[in-house]
Amino acid sequence: MSTIAEMPSGPGDKVLSAQSTFRSVMNAMARPASVQRIAALADAPAPMTPAMAAIALTLFDHDTPLWLDAQIAESPDVPRWLKFHTGAPVVHDCGMAAFALIADGGRLPALENFAFGSVDYPDRSTTVIVQAESLNAGCAYELRGPGIKGTATLQATIKPADLFEQLRINEVLFPRGIDTILVADDAVVAIPRTTRLITKGS
Amino acid sequence: MSSPAYNFAYLDEQTKRMVRRALLKAIAIPGYQVPFASREMPMPYGWGTGGVQVTAAIIGPADVLKVIDQGSDDTTNAVSIRKFFVKTAGVAATTATEDATIIQTRHRIPERALGEHQVLVYQVPIPEPLRFLEPRETETRRMHALAEYGLMHVKLYEDIAKFGHIATAYDYPVKVNDRYVMDPSPTPKFDNPKMDNCAAIQLFGAGTEKRIYAIPPYTKVVSLDFEDHPFVPYRFNAPCELCGSEDSYLDEIVTDDKGGRMFVCSDSDYCEGRQAAGHTGSLISAPYKERAARG
Repeated sequence: MSTIAEMPSGPGDKVLSAQSTFRSVMNAMARPASVQRIAALADAPAPMTPAMAAIALTLFDHDTPLWLDAQIAESPDVPRWLKFHTGAPVVHDCGMAAFALIADGGRLPALENFAFGSVDYPDRSTTVIVQAESLNAGCAYELRGPGIKGTATLQATIKPADLFEQLRINEVLFPRGIDTILVADDAVVAIPRTTRLITKGS
Repeated sequence: MSSPAYNFAYLDEQTKRMVRRALLKAIAIPGYQVPFASREMPMPYGWGTGGVQVTAAIIGPADVLKVIDQGSDDTTNAVSIRKFFVKTAGVAATTATEDATIIQTRHRIPERALGEHQVLVYQVPIPEPLRFLEPRETETRRMHALAEYGLMHVKLYEDIAKFGHIATAYDYPVKVNDRYVMDPSPTPKFDNPKMDNCAAIQLFGAGTEKRIYAIPPYTKVVSLDFEDHPFVPYRFNAPCELCGSEDSYLDEIVTDDKGGRMFVCSDSDYCEGRQAAGHTGSLISAPYKERAARG
């Protein structure tokens, strides 16, 4: 276990790195399936990747309860790093979380466990951030929805392999639903609740 | 550089995180009004504090900002907000629509089609399209939850019963992505078609009412109407007297106390661009020529 002095620091200029990271995430959310780049990656203890760490520093604070998957929660340093840099409370009920951090997508809980928001307040839902293996190679997902001109194709290697099938619950739940952010290396792709899977290639 | 007494773009980082989280949810649920903890800004409510907070949360040093008020870059509201961000964020400002990466607007959408690299930030006074029909927030929230928009159609129908046509000329309600009825802010209904399938991200900030909402790019935006009374954008039937444009939105300017008036483009950048390209209207002494003569 490291002391606070030994913990990886955030980026040098927190203000401007948070701004550029947010714009990448906003553009990703506004243009689903498009791959945006995070320029200001942040050092973080494994298994949290620098891209997820950058998003954590940009969006999390005392107002955002976090749910951590087993791999992150059981790592010696990530919960302490999150607590020191963001102050965000960690919750054990993923239905209470504003954000869920998933390092091991293979063990993603059933999406029904996360908060969908209510029909009155559909914004009170969990944003699920998943570390993917690759966002430029792998299975081809053809997607449509707001933010996409016609259709768009995402090439990605994601666990769980049936993530998009699971996200089909967004169709019946809308306006409630789960918004997903995928990260791999410096790439970020968002799949908001309005995005629909048309076909899945190999 | 930015003024040393303030954080970059004035807002503190915790406020920016809160606004940014609201923006992400707003984009994920097109047309839904996300509540946010609107801050007091160093300008009065009603001067675009919602739009200013949205712009402050997204703007970066590489951005080029344009601010318009009723289409014009030169009015008090536009000038003061532009100066505010030049001072607090050190960003470059422009009046040219095509050069801007962020355009903050009060009550107009630029005539020139927006591109994928651009974000349009609207200043919104009353974000709730149903507010004048139903004053209770609890009720309007339920109506949005159930997509129960009959009341709005009754209102438009009453226009037809009274005036023979839908008399709503601005603040004309739209339906976003076939789900939420949304207030486009008090833009003239002439601008409504520009919101549909727009390449740019459209963000709406209502400071007094503490709401943020959004339309992602390439999203369906339909103005409410009836089969037998379809939506018709309104425009004065005249060319611009400065640039001769036949298809831009016009301001009517009273020129004397004997009924004299003239029509000019509301979008000052569009009008000046056309004049620079050699287009002229019926008015010979166009301001652009005066300016060019002065150097």
